[in-house]
Amino acid sequence: MNIKVLGSGCANCKTLERRTLEALDALQLTAEVEKVTEYADIASYGVMRTPGLVLDGRVVVQGHVPTVEKIKELILSPRNGS
Amino acid sequence: MRPLGTMQRYALAALSLPVWLFLYGSLDAAARFVVYGLLRLEGAGRFAEALFFFVYEVPKVLMLLTLVVFAVGIVRTYFSPERTRAALEGKPLFIGNVMAAALGIVTPFCSCSAIPLFLGFVEAGIPLGVTFSFLIAAPMINEVAVVLLLGLFGWETALLYVSMGLVIAVSSGWFIGRLRMERYVEEWVYAVRTTHAAAEEAVPSFSERLDRGRESVKEVVGKVWPYIVLGIAVGAGVHGYVPENFMAGIMGKDVWWSVPLSVLIGVPMYSNAAGIIPVVQALLGKGAALGTALAFMMSVIGLSLPEMIILKKVLKTRLIALFAGVVAAGIVIVGYIFNAVY
Repeated sequence: MNIKVLGSGCANCKTLERRTLEALDALQLTAEVEKVTEYADIASYGVMRTPGLVLDGRVVVQGHVPTVEKIKELILSPRNGS
Repeated sequence: MRPLGTMQRYALAALSLPVWLFLYGSLDAAARFVVYGLLRLEGAGRFAEALFFFVYEVPKVLMLLTLVVFAVGIVRTYFSPERTRAALEGKPLFIGNVMAAALGIVTPFCSCSAIPLFLGFVEAGIPLGVTFSFLIAAPMINEVAVVLLLGLFGWETALLYVSMGLVIAVSSGWFIGRLRMERYVEEWVYAVRTTHAAAEEAVPSFSERLDRGRESVKEVVGKVWPYIVLGIAVGAGVHGYVPENFMAGIMGKDVWWSVPLSVLIGVPMYSNAAGIIPVVQALLGKGAALGTALAFMMSVIGLSLPEMIILKKVLKTRLIALFAGVVAAGIVIVGYIFNAVY
């Protein structure tokens, strides 16, 4: 699975990244977590609120930091096919 | 602890409102009890007065803030920049400005999202002036500022601040729009295209909306409470110890240069509403004029140096200078009008 955290480096973006890693840890999954910090790249996902979470090219969260539980659910969701 | 079921959580949420009301209603008596009963400061004059102000206002403002931030957090789940953008598309200039300013209040926004939002608006072809109305209203009229004004100044001043903020956002955006400044936006901005599938977030359930409200309380109240405590402490000191009419010569009605000077000092100052409003409220009691005080608060809250530096990524210096200049001029005019009317 390819995971991207969209955000220019604000506090919320760092929290989202940390929680995503925690969620992966808890699920004992390994996946590459990539940070997207360039504004033009963030905008290419159509995201107008940071932070954003992208799973396999799909924006699943934007503008808030979900709980670790919620991120686990999103990762396991069948639509993300992992 | 076992996680609560949905019904139990609704019940808890419904029950907390009467508890909140009861506590809020007993704050005055509690503060009196602490200062005059427990500490026996009856005859101590100034110090007792300042302490009472602090002990009463801090919990009052924090409680108001918690309630309002919670409610606003829920309301904001019904709005999104995507919907706001869709609503603004194809609107004529003036109507677009009015809508953008109004939506700026309710659309979730933080200064770290200013650039992605700007890019999204430009890509959708929303006129620059309309985008500016949004970008002026969103930070200037925020729930923290409104709560502090409500708690410390009363609803009239809070309403005044909000309506003047809207007037400034609409007129400044309209004015910038008329000047056709599109070429002062960095070229790369116009090249940005959404290449990935649009975001598709599931519609949140009501219980998720409640969660979002709780998250925003944790985030906002967790961040601003030290400023509120500090601001009210300074305000309490000013109330108790600064002589009456001390500010009349500097921020008074009859000092014509006080409004532009306040704005000039206010723009580069970066403080959040939580820290600055209690201090300004205290100064008002010492002879500062309302228009001057409002102008100072608006320039501190609505125009900030860090925001300009962020905008530098997408706007050329000339446009940033024009933006700051137009908004500052609008604030000065509002300040003069208030000093003249009151």
